[in-house]
Amino acid sequence: MSAVPAPHDGATESGPTEQSATALPARDQAGALRSEILSPVTLARTVDRIAHQILERHGEDDIVLLGIPTRGVHLARRLAGRLATFAGPSAGRISVGSLDITLYRDDLRRHPPRALEETSLPDDGIDNAVVVLVDDVLYSGRTVRAALDALRDHGRPRIVQLAVLVDRGHRQLPIRADYVGKNIPTAFTDDVAVRMVETDGVDSVDLVRRDAGGPVSGAARPTAGSDRR
Amino acid sequence: MHVPPHLLSAADLDRDTALHVLDTAARIEQAIGRREVRKLPTLRGRTVVNLFFEDSTRTRISFELAAKRLSADVINFSAKGSSVSKGESLKDTAWTLQAMGADAVVCRHSSSGAPQRLSGWVDGAVINAGDGTHEHPTQALLDAYTLRRHLGDLRGRRIVIVGDVLHSRVARSNVLLLHTLGAQVTLVAPPTLLPVGVGSWPVQVSYDLDAALLGADAVMMLRVQAERMAGAFFPTAREYSRGYGLDRRRHDLLAGHGIVLHPGPMNRGMEITPEVADGVDSVIVEQVANGVTVRMAVLYLLLSGELTPGAA
Repeated sequence: MSAVPAPHDGATESGPTEQSATALPARDQAGALRSEILSPVTLARTVDRIAHQILERHGEDDIVLLGIPTRGVHLARRLAGRLATFAGPSAGRISVGSLDITLYRDDLRRHPPRALEETSLPDDGIDNAVVVLVDDVLYSGRTVRAALDALRDHGRPRIVQLAVLVDRGHRQLPIRADYVGKNIPTAFTDDVAVRMVETDGVDSVDLVRRDAGGPVSGAARPTAGSDRR
Repeated sequence: MHVPPHLLSAADLDRDTALHVLDTAARIEQAIGRREVRKLPTLRGRTVVNLFFEDSTRTRISFELAAKRLSADVINFSAKGSSVSKGESLKDTAWTLQAMGADAVVCRHSSSGAPQRLSGWVDGAVINAGDGTHEHPTQALLDAYTLRRHLGDLRGRRIVIVGDVLHSRVARSNVLLLHTLGAQVTLVAPPTLLPVGVGSWPVQVSYDLDAALLGADAVMMLRVQAERMAGAFFPTAREYSRGYGLDRRRHDLLAGHGIVLHPGPMNRGMEITPEVADGVDSVIVEQVANGVTVRMAVLYLLLSGELTPGAA
C-alpha cells in the first residue's frame, strides 16, 4: 500500500505546449493512422477534472483509489495526488492501491498464462469504504466485471465507482463509468494507445486506426484497448 | 519464457520460467494472503485429479488445497482400495481419467518415470508429485520460493543439502532447480547414501558436515527414508545423527542470516534436533504454507490457455 504521492506535476508553464486534440492523423511506422486524442497537457487537465468530480461527490468521505494494473495504477496515484492538492480541510482520508484482476478474468482458457501484477490494498481493508476503481481504457467492461468480483472477495465497500481515462465504447456487459476523461468513438479494429510517463516516458492517448494502408502488427502498443477487453 | 505442458522434472524449467512460477506464486500470496476469502475463481469448472499410488498426506492435501483455492473440482484417487488394487494397470487408469475429462493429473507413484508415461496417455497436464527416487519438482519450487523470501536472489547463495540423497527425489529436484537459479549446492551424506554418478551433478560433494555448514546461507535436511532402505546404509541411528544430524552447535556454523529447511515429515532426534527444528531460523512450517501457494501458481500456469490455437 503506497502513501499518497506528491501531486503529479502535469504540464507546467514551461512544459509541453498544448496541441489540438483534433490534430491531423499521421501514419506510424507500421502504416497505421495515429491521431492524438490527449496531449500531455490535456491528459493532466483531464486527471484534474476527474479529481474535482470525485471530490464533488465524496469530498467528505474516506476514499480508496484502486488502480487496475498497469496504467490504471499510475492514474490512481496521480488522481490521489490531485485529490490531496484540491481537498479542503474537511476532506476524508485518501488512500491508493492496486487490484490485479488476472485471476478473475473469464478468458483465461483462451490465452497463454498472463503474468500476474501487484495487488495492494489499504491495511485496514476496504469494508465500508468508498472505492473508486481506476483504469485507463473502458472497452468491453470485462476487466471491470473481474475487478468487481475481486473486490467482493476482499471486503464489502460502501460504494464502488469507476473512473476511466478513456471510454471507447463497444460494451459487452451492462457496465458504465462514473467518471470519464474522454469518450472516443472507435471501430472494433482500432487500438487506443495510452502512454504514461511512469511506464512509457511520455503522457499521451492516441487512436490507432488500421486501414488499407497497412495493418498494425508488431507495433508497440502500450495499451491495446482491443486486447485488454 | 516457456511454460511446459507438464511439470515432470525440475529440469523442465529454464531460469526465466522458474522465476516466472515463483513470481506468480508471490503475486498469488499477495492477492489472497491476508484476506478473509482465500479463494479465487480462476479454475472454476476445471477438474484436477490427485492420483496417488503411494501414501502421502502432506503433498496430497497441499495439492488439494491449491486446486480448491482456485475453485477447481478435485477428485482424490488413491490406489489403496481402488481398481488398482484389483490389478488395473497405469495405462487403464490413465484412459479412465481421460474419459472422465481430467484437466490436470497430479501423480505420485513409487516407480520413477510413472508420471512421464502418464503424460503420454492423457490430454490433461500432468504434474509429478513425486515418483520413486526420481523427482519431486513442486517441492523444489516451494523450497526455492521459501529460500528466495529469506535470501532474495539465489545467485551465488550457498545451500547445503544433507542426508539421504540416494533415495531422495527432493534432493534431485532441488539440485536441478537451485542450479538453474544460480545457487551453489553442496551435498553432504555418508558415502553409502550418495547415488552413483553424483560426480556428474552440478554440485559439490562433502562428507564433512561441519566444514560445509560454515558460513552457508541455508541448510536443507533430508528425511532418512527407512521405508526405502532394504540394506544397511549406516551402522546405527545414533551414529548417523552424530555424523549428519543438525543440532544447535552445527546450526550455529551457518551464516547469521542462515535458515533451516526440511521437506517433512521429520525424524526428530535423528536428522534434526527438536531445538533446531522449532528454532527461530527454522522455516519448516512456512515451507508447508508456501507449498500451497506455489502449487496454485503451477496449476494456474499449466491450465491457462489450453484453448489457444497452437498452445501446448
